[in-house]
Amino acid sequence: MAIISRGFRGRPRPAGNRLPPGQYETKDFPVLSAGPTPRVDLASWSFEITTEAGARHSWTWGQLLALPSENPVVDLHCVTKWSKFDTHWRGVSLDILLAEVETAAEYARVRAYGGYTTNVPLEDLLDGKAWIAYRYDGEDLAPQHGGPARLLVPHLYLWKSAKWVRGIDLLVQDEPGFWETAGYNNYGDPWREQRYWGD
Amino acid sequence: MAGTAVLGRLGERLRWRVCTLIEQRAETAGAITLVFRVPEWPGHLAGQHVDVRLTAEDGYSTQRSYSIASAANGERLELTVQRVPEGEVSPYLIDELAVGDQVELRGPVGGWFVWRPEQTEPVLLVAGGSGVVPIMAMIRARRAAANRAPFRLIYSVRTPEDRMYLSELRRGDPGLDTTFLYTRSAPDGWSRPAARLDARDLTASGWPQDFEPTVYVCGPTGFVEHAADLLVDLAHDPERIRTERFGPSGG
Repeated sequence: MAIISRGFRGRPRPAGNRLPPGQYETKDFPVLSAGPTPRVDLASWSFEITTEAGARHSWTWGQLLALPSENPVVDLHCVTKWSKFDTHWRGVSLDILLAEVETAAEYARVRAYGGYTTNVPLEDLLDGKAWIAYRYDGEDLAPQHGGPARLLVPHLYLWKSAKWVRGIDLLVQDEPGFWETAGYNNYGDPWREQRYWGD
Repeated sequence: MAGTAVLGRLGERLRWRVCTLIEQRAETAGAITLVFRVPEWPGHLAGQHVDVRLTAEDGYSTQRSYSIASAANGERLELTVQRVPEGEVSPYLIDELAVGDQVELRGPVGGWFVWRPEQTEPVLLVAGGSGVVPIMAMIRARRAAANRAPFRLIYSVRTPEDRMYLSELRRGDPGLDTTFLYTRSAPDGWSRPAARLDARDLTASGWPQDFEPTVYVCGPTGFVEHAADLLVDLAHDPERIRTERFGPSGG
């Protein structure tokens, strides 16, 4: 049961039901990363999907840009409590990247330049729910926000949207990633406030 | 980067605890340390943070994360809160909250930006502004554990008035070297002009990369990006640089 904080009123809450529990709205775009921003060379950049059977599918930067793109407008929810509404992206839907991939896997491990990993059920990457995004707000995605390209899976807390993405491994068994082994929730649904272990 | 579990058991929910303010002290004109008594606090590692939840009479509630400033010490827990102008939460915690008042808190959270008393390698701490808070927890945890790992602290502030924990840092610790940097105005007679952190500062006051120090960088986003970039330029292994960024927003 919550206790009342004497004299605390808080801000007017115009956001209505767009704000998940425990979140507040911000207009700017805070940066959170566990280490230095990696230096990623576009000439050698690649994005790779591997399957549980060992098959590999990979795309160069040029090949990624040549794929049909979408312009999702989505709300972002960071586990550190800020939410940002109506962010504009351009990227390639994972439905396109996974279309030719033969797999019976149920889990995905997302890998990033710099060594970061995160895990997502494969079904959360399908059906128009996730993109490999390379433009933000009309410009090339800045390095501190994950450029040249990041995963965008906005229905989960933002740490699942791995910056500097370089590959996705499809796995039969779930494998917790970087933050998921460091106290953060394995799934990370903002609407169920799944911030930490056991939430 | 390998994550390591440092919290409770997987599946054990971090529950909200009602804690009581037992002491407060000003650190600078804009920052205050709040000392809480937290019943059955499980302890924490230096660098971890907590979530604080405030609830208004109409049932509205909001949460913010704050770094823990103190080393683990029973049920006593210290947070240092920097005022965010126009913020929703920090002005309340600084101006309204009084000794005896209660807030809800849960944690500890975060298993990456942490220093453990078992660590023995050299440590470089790079703090910008209020980013010194979790770094101070590391210095205090080292002292509490009588750990002898060599520590160096580079602490960048705008002006001398912005230094937190000044008397404690001046008192010092054996094996801890502290260097203050000023970006807007330096004290009279200071040989280094006021300027942002640069590679020479890291060379002069940090550790050479071949000592393989673990480096902790904490501060505003721009500061952390810049410092981490300089460290990588100086050939520090990115795997040994741990960062924590304070966004410009918050409360």
